[in-house]
Amino acid sequence: MALLEVRGLEVAFPQGRRAEALALRGVDLDLEPGERLGVVGESGAGKSMLAFAILNLIAAPGRISAGSIAFEGRNLLDLSSDEIRKVRGDRISMIFQDPMMTLNPVLTIGTQMVETLQAHRRIGWDEARKLSIERLAQVAIPSSETRFDSYPHELSGGLRQRVVIAIALLTDPEIIIADEPTTALDVTIQAEIMSLILRLCRENRVGLILITHDLGVVAEATERLMIMCAEKVVEEGPTRAIIDTPDHPYSRGLLAALPQRSERGKPLNQIPGSMPGIADLPGGCAYHPRCERAYAGCHLEAPALEAHGPRRVACFRPLLEKAEA
Amino acid sequence: MHILAFLIRRSAQAVIVMLVISVIGFSIQDQLGDPLRELVGQSVSEAERDAMRDRMGLNDPFWVQYFRFLGNAVHGDLGNSYFFKKPALDVILAKFPATFELVIGATLIFVSISIPAGVYCAINPRSLLARAIMGGSIIGISVPIFLTAIFLIWIFAVELGWMPSYGRGETVTLPWGWPTGFLTRDGLAHLVLPSISLASIMLPLFVRLIRAEMMETLGTEYVRFAWAKGLTARRVWFVHAFRNTLLPVVTVGGMQIGTLIAYTILTETVFQWPGMGFLFLEAVNRVDTPLIIAYIIVVGLIFVVVNTIVDLVYTLINPMVKLPGAQG
Amino acid sequence: MLSLSAFTRRFLADPTAIGAFIVVAALVAMAVLAPWIAPHDPYDPLQIDIMDSEMPPSWMPGGEERFLLGTDPQGRGVLSTIMHGTGISLLIGIGAVIVQAFIGVSLGLISGYRGGWIDSFLMRLADIQMSLSTLMLAIISLAVFSAAFGPEAYAQYAIFFLILVIGVAEWPRYARTVRASVLAEKKKEYVDAARIIGLAPRIIMRRHILPNTLTPVLVISTIQVAEAIVTEAALSFLGLGMPVNRPSLGSLIRSGFEFIFSGSWWITLFPAIVLILLILSINLLGDWLRDTLNPKLRRGED
Repeated sequence: MALLEVRGLEVAFPQGRRAEALALRGVDLDLEPGERLGVVGESGAGKSMLAFAILNLIAAPGRISAGSIAFEGRNLLDLSSDEIRKVRGDRISMIFQDPMMTLNPVLTIGTQMVETLQAHRRIGWDEARKLSIERLAQVAIPSSETRFDSYPHELSGGLRQRVVIAIALLTDPEIIIADEPTTALDVTIQAEIMSLILRLCRENRVGLILITHDLGVVAEATERLMIMCAEKVVEEGPTRAIIDTPDHPYSRGLLAALPQRSERGKPLNQIPGSMPGIADLPGGCAYHPRCERAYAGCHLEAPALEAHGPRRVACFRPLLEKAEA
Repeated sequence: MHILAFLIRRSAQAVIVMLVISVIGFSIQDQLGDPLRELVGQSVSEAERDAMRDRMGLNDPFWVQYFRFLGNAVHGDLGNSYFFKKPALDVILAKFPATFELVIGATLIFVSISIPAGVYCAINPRSLLARAIMGGSIIGISVPIFLTAIFLIWIFAVELGWMPSYGRGETVTLPWGWPTGFLTRDGLAHLVLPSISLASIMLPLFVRLIRAEMMETLGTEYVRFAWAKGLTARRVWFVHAFRNTLLPVVTVGGMQIGTLIAYTILTETVFQWPGMGFLFLEAVNRVDTPLIIAYIIVVGLIFVVVNTIVDLVYTLINPMVKLPGAQG
Repeated sequence: MLSLSAFTRRFLADPTAIGAFIVVAALVAMAVLAPWIAPHDPYDPLQIDIMDSEMPPSWMPGGEERFLLGTDPQGRGVLSTIMHGTGISLLIGIGAVIVQAFIGVSLGLISGYRGGWIDSFLMRLADIQMSLSTLMLAIISLAVFSAAFGPEAYAQYAIFFLILVIGVAEWPRYARTVRASVLAEKKKEYVDAARIIGLAPRIIMRRHILPNTLTPVLVISTIQVAEAIVTEAALSFLGLGMPVNRPSLGSLIRSGFEFIFSGSWWITLFPAIVLILLILSINLLGDWLRDTLNPKLRRGED
């Protein structure tokens, strides 16, 4: 039994007065303790939706319309609001994308750290303060004692994200879900922050679900990888395998589009077209209008995610033969 | 240190504003009627009038008269009321406690109702109660305050006879000369209907404001993060969301002072409440110019002082404004 | 922009909007047709008999058929005075909004398009004016006018003073709205194109930018009419507005107020009801208009 087992997760949003459109169309996800999983896709593919859905944080009028989320054997969707509150921030933490917006501007850093600890265990303010300052030091924030009493706007973007990481680790969670943790930061700091996250996850044996659109980061940071397209998973398996030999045409398209993979003097490789909105999906496979390998059958039926060697792929004409996958 | 600098700067601005108001006030006084008319009878000849004008300095150039006016004003002398034959400023300030207590009564009511109502509507926007409150607020906005006051008088004072219908009732004078209505049962009874009337027009405004700001705050990333951290609902709503809601509410609320003063005048008129507003309208009817000007200046001063206090409060509760320039 | 057919469809689907519109239309019709359909002419001294004063409504003891809603202390029929009074309230409300809109839109266009110091100055002025509040500005201005002109002359020109003062007091709201639109439009390419061709700023503002700012102006205008009517009613109630012999709904309530204590409640109640109905339905209509024309709120229903 994996630490986290997501099966058939669906998220629906109302469209107009009567209809609903799916922002997540049946996603499966497995995570073992301490494992690092990457979730990759274009903007709007549903990656963030997946992150919020796992903690049941989908804001109304959206709702989780189907599926199960088994954490340590218990289905999180069956829990009462008090029980799920105890999981959030304690057993499963999140790191959001933009540290400018993640921290409350009118409360000190210290307050926002101590309250996290006090929400989940019986601990006095002084002890909580001590723990928090230790954590701030661990994420390499200088003068952590004085920083404890600072306000978020007094810190730079990079420092703020370190604080957010510190908060995520405060309660020694089993899993951290990081939703594009470096996208909003300066390019020069991105690598620092990413390696900090990885080091801390490795040291503390914390599972990591890393959501990003940056394939370069994912290649180094993760052991397994999930490629999402149009609110579904299209390929899933060991990171190295997918990066070296992509199976789904979309995966290949994504990899080819990396600037490192282009040839000097030639135009950059692009996947033609763009992601369809959740309300105007084409029939059958959602990728087929942009796919160079599409044939008649792709329009009729959507391919299911099927085992293909050690990985799984949702395609009627995957790039690899079963033996090669 | 920063607060001191802020106060100094705002005081300077306040002085400038008061100067502008004093110029406006004086110009109005200059144009409005002839003080001589009030002081002497019809039988005084034109030549004698002219001589009197000269002696009183009424034929001096505008700026000379203005500075004389300003000099007097700074000493608290805004001329004498034609009707009361007493210093205008004294007459106005004598009515200040009545107006002030009315405003306090109304504020207590509307603050203690609008905050819970607004917060509740923001947290449960689709509930029946929330919809009822919002519906009620549209009606509240559409009924002019003087009509609310009249209806309240009609029902509770005339038909049912539960409450008095006019005046302030019995007051007790506090040691420093402030007559208060809060300490007697009669005084309190007289305060009830006027306070409710005044509160009733501020309520819909604030309930909608608090609801709107709170809903916006509840949609922010940091509130989402607070939920993700597993904080209790109470903490998310009242520590994270409400604190941030207060900031724009204080700002917008501060801008309602002018409206509040105007509505106070209306309330005082309906209830014949012996406050500054009622006095002002009587002065207008009697064309008691010094009293009119004195009122305008006093209201201007109140306006400036309250605005400064509101800005100060805002600076104190918003940490981002406290230390402008310090960076991490 | 919403197409006319989509607009009508939404309107017919919303019972509140339809109801509010019917009430407003009925009251406007009553006001416009008052000279012909009112049972009496309350301004003709020959038709008024002091012996008819303070008669209760016709269905109560002491009432008569010819005065359906009773009479006021001068002997005028309450129904007739309400009919004419509504017209005056509406006239002032709409007149004031036209003045506000004209001043506000012009200043908003200039402020938004020119920017710079004139923008800062106008917006600062708008801030100060808005924080003073329209009612307060109006009270003080009208108090000064009435003291300066004397009661008789003031009464004669009251309607102009009211339209002027309420109009000038509320321009900031229009200016801010238009300025926001202008700033948004200014960034768009068609403005650059027009400027490159060499069109004068005034023409660019009028021909190109103005049409795009009209939707928000239309949205706030309806609610502003209700606001103006409320303000005028308050001013007349204070005695700073329409005089007793040519009353608006506010002045009617003023003259009827003292008679609540002597039991003649009808002199106050009926004008009050009409006033509330008028304001409420215009507000509801304005709210509906704002929600319908707000592009951010539409969720792909058409």
